[in-house]
Amino acid sequence: MSYALEIEGLKKTYDNGFSALKGIDLKVESGDFFALLGPNGAGKSTTIGILCSLVNKTAGRVCVMGYDIDTHFPIAKRRLGVVPQEFNFNQFETTQNILINTAGYHGIPRSEAMPRIEHYLKRLGLWDKRHNPSRALSGGMKRRLLIARALIHQPDLLILDEPTAGVDIELRRGMWDFLTEINAQGTTIILTTHYLEEAEALCRNVSIINAGEIIANSSTKDLLASLHTVTFVCDLQASVFEVPSIPGYECVLADANTLEVEVDKGQTLNAVFQALTDHGVQVTSMRTKTNRLEELFVTMTSGSAA
Amino acid sequence: MNELANFESKATDFGNPNWVAFQTIVRTEVRRFTRIWVQTMIPPAITMTLYFIIFGSLIGRRIGEMGGFDYMSYIVPGLIMMSVITNSYTNVSSSFFGAKFGRFVEEMLVSPISNQTILMGYVLGGVARALAVGVIVTLVSMFFAEFSIHNIWAVVSITVLTAVLFSLLGFINGVYAKRFDDVSIVPTFVLTPLTYLGGVFFSIDLLPEFWASVAQLNPILYVVNAFRFGILGVTDVSLGIAYLILISVTVAAYLFALNLLAKGAGVRS
Repeated sequence: MSYALEIEGLKKTYDNGFSALKGIDLKVESGDFFALLGPNGAGKSTTIGILCSLVNKTAGRVCVMGYDIDTHFPIAKRRLGVVPQEFNFNQFETTQNILINTAGYHGIPRSEAMPRIEHYLKRLGLWDKRHNPSRALSGGMKRRLLIARALIHQPDLLILDEPTAGVDIELRRGMWDFLTEINAQGTTIILTTHYLEEAEALCRNVSIINAGEIIANSSTKDLLASLHTVTFVCDLQASVFEVPSIPGYECVLADANTLEVEVDKGQTLNAVFQALTDHGVQVTSMRTKTNRLEELFVTMTSGSAA
Repeated sequence: MNELANFESKATDFGNPNWVAFQTIVRTEVRRFTRIWVQTMIPPAITMTLYFIIFGSLIGRRIGEMGGFDYMSYIVPGLIMMSVITNSYTNVSSSFFGAKFGRFVEEMLVSPISNQTILMGYVLGGVARALAVGVIVTLVSMFFAEFSIHNIWAVVSITVLTAVLFSLLGFINGVYAKRFDDVSIVPTFVLTPLTYLGGVFFSIDLLPEFWASVAQLNPILYVVNAFRFGILGVTDVSLGIAYLILISVTVAAYLFALNLLAKGAGVRS
């Protein structure tokens, strides 16, 4: 089995003594679509910063596509593309020049870079803006420019640090499709995001990092299976103003016509409906609460294991 | 066949990637100062014109000769060197600090460029601006003074060495700078006084013995006098010592700047 990323005993202690990473181990298989999740300050950005040489590690070993970033840094860097959280391109350069320069930094001459630039800018809907200074682009366009820039040298491993932050839903969906397509073509993708439905929809494997330590690392499916409860959102026929007290079920009134019922795995839905009927609650429709990963995430990072 | 696979080659297939990266940095740097030529090329020409009019033409007439030349001709080499020093230094310090401030220096840091390539790219950008301004100032000086070149090799080698040295020092300033003010402090409080006291406008023979000895601790004195030798054939210092100091300090500055990059000073946390 080949790994796109191998991290062993990675530690980072800043000059002020703050320990951002406390010796994490992580492996991401080649071709995976992987989510690295964690609350603010958990160590996600520090980890990414170390991978792309913007943060000096205190201890540990990192390999990208089998190449140690310390001993084989040029090869490791050629195989790595990074989409940072913040816009870090020259605001006075044009969209096209930013990509020409980045290609140049990766050893790709202009003549070879131009077809790639045309491809990515067209694919990401920026071709018409190629001569515009980057500062004139909208927030969503700037995000897409970051993605084009990270892909210009065709990395084997693409890391995206909250790529859809502040992006509207339509554009976010478009970016999901694009990333899924890139992944299907063989590029390993590691994603950090605050939109956990994004991780649930896109990623096959998930790691949760909290306070500088990996607290969960498994497939998204297995992680979700570890949830002991499922929450159902019930639309009610008549308004309810008091949360019904039903033994064995945790109920939360989202509004007068919507009741959320937490059901332990193993209990049948028939029992749920029977209990609701017994309490005079009539349900017209029902769905599972979508952000299951979010529930798990909150439970795990708040200190009580699921 | 997927559409990305249409690109036949990967970055690793293109010869020496550092050479392409070096060209990219130099091109970007040259484009930067030529794009704002009104701010970078015109002010030195205006400043030097004022120097020639005030110090050379108006005051210089009363001074008469210095070092066997009329005063206007005597100050020409120093004024050209002053432009070379200031422009090489400020170009690199402001450009590298700007890249740090705008965070686009990270584009280079995450790519497979060697630290030497980054450093040499910025230095060559500074040298290019220094030479361009040096030529402009030389052309301006031709309107005010008649002079011929005494030793072309000294002129070329001292100009290039000086531009390289002060580009390196500007780079070091850019690495340490945390605010825009930090980029202007050294030129204002260190470079300008040292340049004025470095024999641009006078021969150190005019100074009392004690102050003449103190002046010899000023590295810019050697730069100015070595260049004056190349233009006029006169110098207050030994040419050999001037080259020795210039080369030694340049090598030391290069190694120091390279070490800063390797440690990630100012750019990595």
